[in-house]
Parts: sequence; structure tokens; C-alpha cells
Amino acid sequence: MRPNHCLAALVILCASATSASAIDVAPAGAAACSGCHPASRAVETPFTRLTGRPAAEIVTAMQEFRGGQRPATVMDRIAKGFSDDEIKAIATWYARQKD
Amino acid sequence: MTQQHVNRRDFLKRTAASAAAVTLAAPAIAQNTDGRVVVVGGGFAGASCARALKRIDPKISVTLVEASHTFTACPFSNAVIAGLRDLKQQQFDYKKLEGPINVTFEPATRVDTDARTVIIGDAARLPYDRLVLAPGIDIRWDGLPGYDEAAAARMPHAWRAGEQTLLLRKQLEAMDDGGLVVISAPANPFRCPPGPYERASLIAHYLKTRKPKSKLIILDAKDAFSKQGLFLAAWKELYPELIEWVPLSKGGRVTAVDPKSNTLTTEFGSHKAAVANVIPPQKAARIAEAAGVADKTGWCPIDPVTFESKLAPNIHVIGDACIAGGMPKSAFAGNSQAKGCAAALAKLLNGEKPDEPKLINTCYSLVSPDYGISVAGVYTPVNGQWTDVKGAGGVSPAKAPRSDRALEANFANGWFKTITEEAFG
Repeated sequence: MRPNHCLAALVILCASATSASAIDVAPAGAAACSGCHPASRAVETPFTRLTGRPAAEIVTAMQEFRGGQRPATVMDRIAKGFSDDEIKAIATWYARQKD
Repeated sequence: MTQQHVNRRDFLKRTAASAAAVTLAAPAIAQNTDGRVVVVGGGFAGASCARALKRIDPKISVTLVEASHTFTACPFSNAVIAGLRDLKQQQFDYKKLEGPINVTFEPATRVDTDARTVIIGDAARLPYDRLVLAPGIDIRWDGLPGYDEAAAARMPHAWRAGEQTLLLRKQLEAMDDGGLVVISAPANPFRCPPGPYERASLIAHYLKTRKPKSKLIILDAKDAFSKQGLFLAAWKELYPELIEWVPLSKGGRVTAVDPKSNTLTTEFGSHKAAVANVIPPQKAARIAEAAGVADKTGWCPIDPVTFESKLAPNIHVIGDACIAGGMPKSAFAGNSQAKGCAAALAKLLNGEKPDEPKLINTCYSLVSPDYGISVAGVYTPVNGQWTDVKGAGGVSPAKAPRSDRALEANFANGWFKTITEEAFG
């Protein structure tokens, strides 16, 4: 019972945290990604789609781009502009987005 | 932690709401909307902003004011000039925007800032709570002696895509092998900083393939330009002896043009061209001046967090018309700013404080159809100005295998598909 209680309390807290804002605005930097990474499935491009992708995948990719462990043309230069917290927030937001 | 978060947000909401109560227009509440936003200009910035607003908060009433039914995109229009692409591939309409967004095909002629109203066409009035101006650029017809609208019919600028793009292409096609092509590049700031050099590259590609005895000279009002090292190295490799770049310090600045003789004059001499492409000085498009948001430079100073004009309240300026510090005047930047501005507007109209933003720009240039290079930047507001995040961004590596240049050319094509789909598709 106890864990369920905790979960219920957490859900309420989360819900009230969300309801504090009437709108879902992307975290800093996230909206700019869709200039290349298409939000729409109608586009065929060589870019990875971020919408609905597991957050951990995006975080790992960004950290490896930033550290130079993953081959890149431009993402190494872009990833260097974001902190771990910013990357996590962007990844979590994209994971939550639906088509 | 969660509790603190709630408290902080509630606090912010309350304080912002009380501040916003003064500026939020009452009629918007009466109409059961979160506010009325009018967006003027249906380019990459304007169309993207209108759509982003609706996506973030469907209760905001959004009207897009655009004079033309067809949008002709500038990115990739250099490939049209070089005969590599059809102008139709550059053209988009607004059918997919209509419905959720009210699209009005009239020119915006004036803004009544006191009454918060845009005047469109002859007299129709559109009230707004917040106005977004994304008008793009106008040519400074008084910026270069000899270069007026009549001169542009002989010496095309092709810096607003459409008829001018086709005119320059036709002139190149009609030119004899061995002809001299002259491009005049303006001083900063101007739309698409790497654009003149991508254009020179793709025209050189056309000449090398079709008219190999010809030559191309760039007369430049600057001593440095975007992706300079990469362009110069690629020209040496792909177009040796074909392109000559004359910088400001070597007398490159064009001081006058004569359309009758197709001659461009510099401080050091004159060049009679077979084909002359004059890229003249520019400014924010006319409606910015009419609304009182352009300063003496001809461009529009803004607050970086909200894009609100520093000269007039409740008017936000995005895209090529605004002064965005380190961000270039590019389609990518315009689209990026559009989404940032939409997020800030949605917050403001809901009585909340806008978040501290971060934006990205990436500009691809084609040196040949399968040779792409890029410049990227990440930006954040510092001291009221969009500023490069240190350690991030920069240009493609100087030494890279041709396979990487081909990859970037492929990404350039992919970017165009994505961004046009987001704005118009």
C-alpha cells in the first residue's frame, strides 16, 4: 500500500506542477532542433527523428557528440553549446512528444 | 524538491500575472481566447511563428498577413541560378496553414501602435494584443549610386527570390563563352552572409561545365566573409583561375554602377561585365519603418528573450529584419527565432514569465552540388544581446575528406526539406 500512496502523492504533485503553467513550452534550445530534425513523418531526410525517441538515447548521443567520441559533421559543434542539465531537459521533452 | 518547484512557479505566475494584467487587452478575454496575435510576413520566420503559436497554445487567435499567395524561398535559389534546380522547387503556398491560422493575403501598410491595430490593404484594420513583424528585407534603393529599380532589371540583385532569380539565370545562359561575370557583395549586415560566395561557387560550377573560358570576379565591400577559409580553399581545388575575389582593401568596394554599359565602378577602376549581379545594401522591410521599430541603421533592435522591439511596446520583430547580435540573417535563424518568440508570446499572453531561451543556427553552403560546408552557432542572451555560446559552433573542419563534404551537401538538402515542411508543409 505504502508505495502506491507515495506514487499517488507524486502524481498529484506532478499534476499540480504542470497545471501551474497552462502551456507546454519546449525547454531552452529544444525548439531549434526541428529546423533540421523533422517533427513530421512526411519528410524524408538523412536526419534522425527526435520525436518520441527514448530520452537516454538522445542524452548519450549528445554527450558523445560533445566529447568527440561520436563521428559528426555539425552536431559536435552544436552539442558543445549545451550543459548536461540542458541536454537532459531537451531529451526528456522530445521523448514526451507525439507525432 | 517538487514542492519547491510548485511554489516557485506559482510565485512567478502570480507576479507575472499582476504585471501582465495591465498590458493584457480585455477584449481577448471576452472572446474566450488567450489573446490575439497578428503576424506580418509569411517567410521562414513568420510562417514558423504563426504555426508554433498555435502548437503551443491553440487558444491564441493567430492571423498571418502576407501580400503574396506564393512564397519563393531564397535558400537553394543559387542552385536555380546555376541551372541545377527549378524555381518551382523553391515555391510554397499557405494552404496547410489556413484553418487554424487566419491567413490574409493583403499587404500590411501601417501600424497604429496606440490602438494596437494593423492596417492592411486600403483601410481594413486588424486589432492585436501582440504583433509579430517578420517582414524580411528591402533593398536600399538609395544605397548605391546608379542602382535603382530600373537598374535591377539590367543588373539583377536576385536577393529576393523569384523573377530576379530567373533573370540572372537567363543572363548567364545567354552569355557567350569567355564572358565576364561580376558579383558585387555588400558590407555587413545583410541577408545570408555566405550567400554571395555560395552564388559565386555555383555560377563557377555552371561556367566550368558549360562556358569554361569565362571568368567570375567578386567585388567585395568587406575584407572578410563567412566561411572564407573554406570557400577560398574549395575554389582553389574546384575552380582554379576561374574565381577572383577582390576585398575592400584591394579596392573591391563598388561605389557606383551604370546599367546602360553594365559597368561597376570601384575606387580603383571599373569593370564592364557580360553579366552583373549587384547585391546591394539592405534594410528591414518597409512595414518595420512604418511601425516605428527600425532604428537609424535600418534594422530593428529587440529584447532577446521576447523579441519585443526596444522602440515600441507589444511589437515583436523576428527574422532578417531584427538585430539579433551574433545570429546571422538566415532562414534557419529566422525559424529558430520564430519558435523562441512564439514560446515567449504564449507565456506572456498566459500571464507567465518567459523562460531564458537558447537558440541555434546552422547555415549550409554548396560549393558544388556534392560539396557542402557549414557554419553553426549556439546563442544565448548576454547583456541584452544574442551572443555566441563560447566553445560551441564554428565552421566545418578545414581538412576533411570529400566524403564529409558530400555528407554536408546531403544534409543541406535534408535541411531544406525539413524547414520548408515545418513552415509550409
